[in-house]
Amino acid sequence: MRAALLVGIAGAIGAVSRVSIGEISFGFGNFPFATFTVNMVGTFFLCFLSAGFIQRLRLNHDLQTALTTGFLGSFTTFSAFSMETVNLFQNDAILIALMYIASSIVGGFLFGSIGMKLARKAGRE
Amino acid sequence: MTVIDILIIGAGGFIGAVIRYLLSGKFNKEGSSLPFGTLIVNIAGSLLIGIVVGLGVPKLWTLFLVSGFAGALTTFSTLFKELLQLWFGNRKRQFIGYILLTYGVGILVAFVGFIIGKAL
Repeated sequence: MRAALLVGIAGAIGAVSRVSIGEISFGFGNFPFATFTVNMVGTFFLCFLSAGFIQRLRLNHDLQTALTTGFLGSFTTFSAFSMETVNLFQNDAILIALMYIASSIVGGFLFGSIGMKLARKAGRE
Repeated sequence: MTVIDILIIGAGGFIGAVIRYLLSGKFNKEGSSLPFGTLIVNIAGSLLIGIVVGLGVPKLWTLFLVSGFAGALTTFSTLFKELLQLWFGNRKRQFIGYILLTYGVGILVAFVGFIIGKAL
C-alpha cells in the first residue's frame, strides 16, 4: 500500500517532467525528438540503477521502487511512441517512421547497455 | 504549462503509474517466457492513446488521458531493461519475440484505436 502510494507520487512527477521536456525540446523536422530523448535518458538511468547502483543509494525498498518503477517508468513512455509512429505513417513520412522505430530499438538497447556497464564498473571501484 | 495543467498531468500520471505497478506485480512472473505485465500496459496504453487522439477530446482531457495516464501507464525504460535481461540471459528468441510483439501490436492498436476514435 505504501509502495503503491510512493510509486503514484513518483509517477506523477515523472509524467510532469516528461511533458516539461516536451515543451522545451527543439525540433528536427518531424522526427519526434522529445519522446525519443526522454526514452533514451530514462532507459539509461533505469538500467544504471537496476544493474546494482541503486543499492548504493541506501534507499529503503519502497523508495527504490518509487524511483525506478514510479519515476523512470512514467518519465519514459511507449504510448506516445506508438501514436507518433502512426502519425508519421499517416502523413506519408514513411522513411522517418521507419527511422524512428529503428532508432528507438537500437538506441534503447545501446543506452540501456551503457547504463548497465557503467553501473558494473562503478561497483568494482 | 499552467498549475492546472501540472495537477491534471500529475493526477493522470499517478493513476497510470499505480496501475502499471499493480499489473507488473501480477503478471511479470519470474520464470515466465515474457514479462506480460509490461506487454499488457504498453499495448493497452497504445490502444487508449489512439482512441483519445482519434476522438479529438478537449485539451485538459488530452493532458489527463494522453500525457498523464497513458504516458505513465506505458513505459519504455522497463521494456528495454527487460529486453537487455533477455539478451544477456541468452534468450535471443524471447528477445526477438518481445520486440516484435510490443512494437508490432503496439503500433497496430494505436492505429486501430485512432480509426475507432474517428468513427465514434
